[in-house]
Amino acid sequence: MDFKRAFRVWQRNATVYKKLYRSSLTLNFFEPMLYLIALGYGLGGFIKEINGMTYIEFIAPGIIMSSAMFAACYECTYGTYVRMVYQKTFDAILATPITFNELILGELLWGATKSLIYGTVIILVISLFGLVKSSYVVFLIPLILMCGLIFASLSLIATAIVPGIDSFNYFYTLILTPLFLFSGIFFPLEDMPEIVIKLSQANPLMHLVNISRAFCYGKIPYSFIYDLIVIVIYLFVLAPFPFILLKKRYVL
Amino acid sequence: MDVVVGKNLTKYYKKFKALDSANFEIKEGECFGFLGPNGAGKTTIMGMIYGFITLSEGEIKIFGIKIDEKTLPKLKRRIGVIPQDNNLDPDLNVLENLIVYARYFDISKNEAIRRAKELLKFVKLEEWSKINVRKLSGGMQRKLIFARGLINDPDIIILDEPTTGLDPRSRRQIWDKIEVLKHSGKTLILTTHYMEEAEKLCDRLAIMDKGKILIIDTPQNLSIKFGGNLEHVYLNMTEG
Repeated sequence: MDFKRAFRVWQRNATVYKKLYRSSLTLNFFEPMLYLIALGYGLGGFIKEINGMTYIEFIAPGIIMSSAMFAACYECTYGTYVRMVYQKTFDAILATPITFNELILGELLWGATKSLIYGTVIILVISLFGLVKSSYVVFLIPLILMCGLIFASLSLIATAIVPGIDSFNYFYTLILTPLFLFSGIFFPLEDMPEIVIKLSQANPLMHLVNISRAFCYGKIPYSFIYDLIVIVIYLFVLAPFPFILLKKRYVL
Repeated sequence: MDVVVGKNLTKYYKKFKALDSANFEIKEGECFGFLGPNGAGKTTIMGMIYGFITLSEGEIKIFGIKIDEKTLPKLKRRIGVIPQDNNLDPDLNVLENLIVYARYFDISKNEAIRRAKELLKFVKLEEWSKINVRKLSGGMQRKLIFARGLINDPDIIILDEPTTGLDPRSRRQIWDKIEVLKHSGKTLILTTHYMEEAEKLCDRLAIMDKGKILIIDTPQNLSIKFGGNLEHVYLNMTEG
């Protein structure tokens, strides 16, 4: 596998994105802002505080990670699927020296890059709201990248197995929405029933949110090492599957 | 010298045998055509030559090198593919489509722009270079795909049904361009189901039907051997 050739695929996606980002950046950015304002201020008015934080302070670090997660997911489900099936961009690329694995690596890295873009923009915005209290927040950048790689892998796996583009609804409704809601972004999971706590341990987004919250406010517990280990395990365990499964679907 | 050699090429899709021990040798500088009805296995052979479709049996050698995952990227630097589907980047304009494609071959930006402009002139699209490809007519899109396949200055050019679905004028323009390439000494591999196209362009022809190569010869010899014109040969050899 040649990284430079994978980078060419990344570059192609970046070139197209540069032409279109104005419309998509504002749109993708609108949704997290809605959550932040509607829940942070709206619902937050009824909630005194959680673990010594106002409600908007409590949810803001989680919104960074969920935005990063959804950015990679949209890119590597709908985006990749359109390139693979409708636009036949994969066909065009594979007629050149770029190999299939390099093509998929390019897609994966591009998905992670989208996470990085949207995650970083959200950090900037919540900083403007005064919700970032620690300069440790810069360490979130590599974390966002890991978040991007995990969810780009997961999404490419979905892209490899869906029978058609409409089937992504199942992926979003049955997998991503539960991960999003039970990640500890909106309420502490400690007070949930035992079973929810246990299940949430398997949720990579929960571990990402834990670290994000710790770094936004500069109060870093040792348990962050445990969160980080789980994230790294997810990263490596998921990584081979997009390559294997997409090849199975695509190469005749 | 034989630049492309296919030996015993066989392809199964599940149990269906789409290609059945095809053998051929394509010589340097010739225009070699695969002629046959839809589903004869032409596109399967093309896909095998550029590594898109795996072989169930047999082997392909290009410039004497057996193609596999390791040798393919290097060999593909010397191959230009003009596919039958439109797979241009719909969000980019004409020039950008060529430049993005040139990057896959590690062609530097300045060189890519130079070649792109030259090729756009060649296919008479130079005035459209800033236009989004969605706005081009079908014939113009096909010309752009044609130009794109030449961006790496390939030694072997694969033309997969280059004029299918084109109006007569656009078809003639594409034929003229293919003639120019022939005279420049490139090796051309062409698939078609048009007799007229095969007869006009190809030095040698493989007639295919149901996954098999039935015969390989020059269009003239085929006409002489079987009496009548090429259409007569084709219709007699292939089943409807």
